[in-house]
Amino acid sequence: MQLALFLIFGVLAVLAGLNLLAQRHPINSALSLIVVMLSLAVLYWSLGAEFLAAAQVIVYSGAVMVLFLFVIMLLNAGEEVRSKGSKVASLIGFPGAAAIFCVLSFAFLSERDKFGMATLGGELSTTTSNITEISHVLFTSLLLPFEVTSILILVAILGAVVLARKEL
Amino acid sequence: MVPIAYYLILAAILFSIGVAAFLIKRNVITIFMSIELMLNAVNLTFVAFAHMWHQVSGQIFVFFVMVVAAAEAAVGLAIIIALFRTRQTLSVDQINLLRD
Repeated sequence: MQLALFLIFGVLAVLAGLNLLAQRHPINSALSLIVVMLSLAVLYWSLGAEFLAAAQVIVYSGAVMVLFLFVIMLLNAGEEVRSKGSKVASLIGFPGAAAIFCVLSFAFLSERDKFGMATLGGELSTTTSNITEISHVLFTSLLLPFEVTSILILVAILGAVVLARKEL
Repeated sequence: MVPIAYYLILAAILFSIGVAAFLIKRNVITIFMSIELMLNAVNLTFVAFAHMWHQVSGQIFVFFVMVVAAAEAAVGLAIIIALFRTRQTLSVDQINLLRD
């Protein structure tokens, strides 16, 4: 059951990621990134992170990607043109990314027995829900970082407003 | 039952796609989107490790990464809008004022 979920949504995420790479038009790339984020939300859920699955759908595929789409449409971004720089970049980019993947997957596969298995839902604890545990830690021992992030968001809002003004 | 290593390898694949897209794409907005893809891949490893250790702290890490990514997206897109106003282009090949 979990293997089927993992295979379906993992393959979907990889295909959408490759589509992001292959598409020339930014709108198509943005839409395939939304597919990646939604399938990652399903994978979070299968790993027992219900709160993060919901937050992924709402924050990432909801808010952030809508912001991206708005900016793409606002700036009327067209298809990207291939230039001399893009040839050099793909000459370096593909082997570099492949090397990163090889190193990472070698490290993960050589230690795969120590990682163990994931069970569906995989409650961290049987008595309390995922959201209860997260909120308990967030509002007791991590209260100061939580408040600091709210200030960070406030500053980001102000920065975005100032930067996007007509006369900079 | 799925080995945790599979989740980590999926995250590695997504991260490498993000790196490749970051290097190859010529549009500022698409480059920005590939950064988001890399952040998402790292978030998947955090969730997988949280599952492995039966600890909630990995999920809290992901929560903070999401918050910072949202703030970063807002500011970054505002910068892109300002850039487009002054240079009338989104191609990184033509945004080379500092280099020349």
